[in-house]
Amino acid sequence: MGKTLFDKVWDKHVVDSISNGPQILYIDKHLIHEVTSPQAFSVLEERSIPLFRPKQIVATADHNTPTVNQHLPIKDLLSRNQLDHLTKNCAKNNIELYGLGHENNGIIHVIAPELGITQPGMTMVCGDSHTSTHGAFGTIAFGIGTSQVAQVFASQCLLLTKPKSMRISVNGKLQNGVLPKDVALYVIAKLGTDAGTGHFIEFAGDVFENMTMEGRMTVCNMSIEMGARGGMIAPDQTTYDYIKGRDFAPKGGVFDKKVVEWNSLQTDVNATFDVEYTFDATDIAPMITYGTNPGMGIKISENIPESNNESFEKSLAYMGFQKGESLIGKEINYVFLGSCTNSRIEDFRVAANYIKGKQKAANINAWLVPGSQRVAKQIKEEGLDEIFVEAGFELRQPGCSACLAMNEDKIPEGEYCVSTSNRNFEGRQGQGAKTLLASPLVAAATAVEGKIIDITKYLN
Amino acid sequence: MEKFTIVQSRAIPLAIENIDTDQIIPARFLKATDRKGFGNNVFRDWRFDKEGNLNVGFTLNDAKYSGEILVTGHNFGCGSSREHAAWAIGDYGFKVVISSFFADIFKGNALNNGLLPVEVSPEFLKQLLDTITANPETEIKVDLEAQTITLLASGESESFEINDYKKTCLLNGYDDIDYLLNQKEKIEQFEQQNS
Repeated sequence: MGKTLFDKVWDKHVVDSISNGPQILYIDKHLIHEVTSPQAFSVLEERSIPLFRPKQIVATADHNTPTVNQHLPIKDLLSRNQLDHLTKNCAKNNIELYGLGHENNGIIHVIAPELGITQPGMTMVCGDSHTSTHGAFGTIAFGIGTSQVAQVFASQCLLLTKPKSMRISVNGKLQNGVLPKDVALYVIAKLGTDAGTGHFIEFAGDVFENMTMEGRMTVCNMSIEMGARGGMIAPDQTTYDYIKGRDFAPKGGVFDKKVVEWNSLQTDVNATFDVEYTFDATDIAPMITYGTNPGMGIKISENIPESNNESFEKSLAYMGFQKGESLIGKEINYVFLGSCTNSRIEDFRVAANYIKGKQKAANINAWLVPGSQRVAKQIKEEGLDEIFVEAGFELRQPGCSACLAMNEDKIPEGEYCVSTSNRNFEGRQGQGAKTLLASPLVAAATAVEGKIIDITKYLN
Repeated sequence: MEKFTIVQSRAIPLAIENIDTDQIIPARFLKATDRKGFGNNVFRDWRFDKEGNLNVGFTLNDAKYSGEILVTGHNFGCGSSREHAAWAIGDYGFKVVISSFFADIFKGNALNNGLLPVEVSPEFLKQLLDTITANPETEIKVDLEAQTITLLASGESESFEINDYKKTCLLNGYDDIDYLLNQKEKIEQFEQQNS
């Protein structure tokens, strides 16, 4: 029987198998940040265990950092303390840290690919569920808990049971204005937030083949929102073109040799999956969520569905929406363009392209947060910042920001926010905040109109 | 890690589906650098209103319910990988979480902290919730060795799955680091073969 892309990468990293138990999986790259690492460092210290492979770890500060005045001392004492811990722990253990203000700083899932750290065929982990993002490169990448962070510190390995396999194929041509985020929200709305649990997904079909790396990252990023530990896309010329020349990418002849190796990672024709789903690209439209989990999404022109499920009703009550109603015309006061899902250069290009020549609505507070220092730099180089400023927007400094609202970027109680992030959970963007997930295009349109509009009418 | 054998206790019902880790422990409480005290803020925004007053309608605040077992709806622990969620539930005093379905990362985190996630059939979950709600003094027995969960009053029981390795770890209080450190030679060998 043939092997899947996932099988090929997984099997190559198995150090040993425990009978009727998990396997020991070797981890190539370990990404860390300030929030989920301090307790792991403490475990090692308490037990006098040295870090096994510090050179395979890369650290950044992203979750708990301000997005304005990053040059000033952080006001919040607990946040400052957590960042100090990261700095000290990295210095003590010889870990490369791209801290606040460093030219390579940014959201961990934005910087690792843009620095060329993420490469096909690798295993990568991070104490963050959106580590699935790196699967866009044909990498097995997944989020882990802090106990597992400590395990990787200690041994560069994890004890894991091999997950089941799932393939999601989307074929055909996407309609105008349908972005990778819409593809992800569409699939999650169709399958539910638990469909991927226990599985690793391969995204296949010409929609993903024709997608840029930024788009593929957006899709793989959202794998966890359907419960899957991770999602992957087979590497191809698009992948290689993206990686080539980046800081940590293999150089010259080594790169060419690597490409040959990466080309062998494709799923074999005769491989089988535990579960397969196929979708028609032409049925996908710009999406928006109306509830408190990412599976509660509709096409923007559709009405909220009807259901008498208690949890569904609780969710709608939190959001202040009625069953069967349309979201078109709803006044929105907050827009967030950012997060590891949608804060790459392509996302800002989409927004700038829509915003150009228009003005921000008077009622809108918009937070535009680039994913990294490099994205911020590129926004300037491409002159996108001028478009935003002329339209009445301002750009903030990189970080996770209002995606999880750990820093000061909190959406106020009761306010709606159209957000390009990944989670619309109760209170995710601030206590009592109501999140509607959407693409950068829908977010930009909302920011200009001050309400939700049917973007499909505008496009056609 | 503490050894886990048998837990016999009353239970607290929380019959909501898709409870995500942001509800279990909101991000604003993740600024700590140690593992202690997260129980104070478990389900913070459901237990308290925004002025910090106890929300009396919430089952964890309802005096008629108590115990070391939390019985929850389908897809418990979805969302963020924050292990703080498992720490918070454990720190509050729970030793077992029962659901018909757990999110992967939460389940792993719970097991790594001696908090036992017990997956039961949707029918048995409904029966547990109905029984506890009708009679909050109902006791439930969770036996890890036998892999069974029993409603003591009626004797109704169901078995649950757990892999042998994790079961051994919990019964003996071992954790994965102990195991992995013993495999150093194999790991180094693997590195040499693949370099």
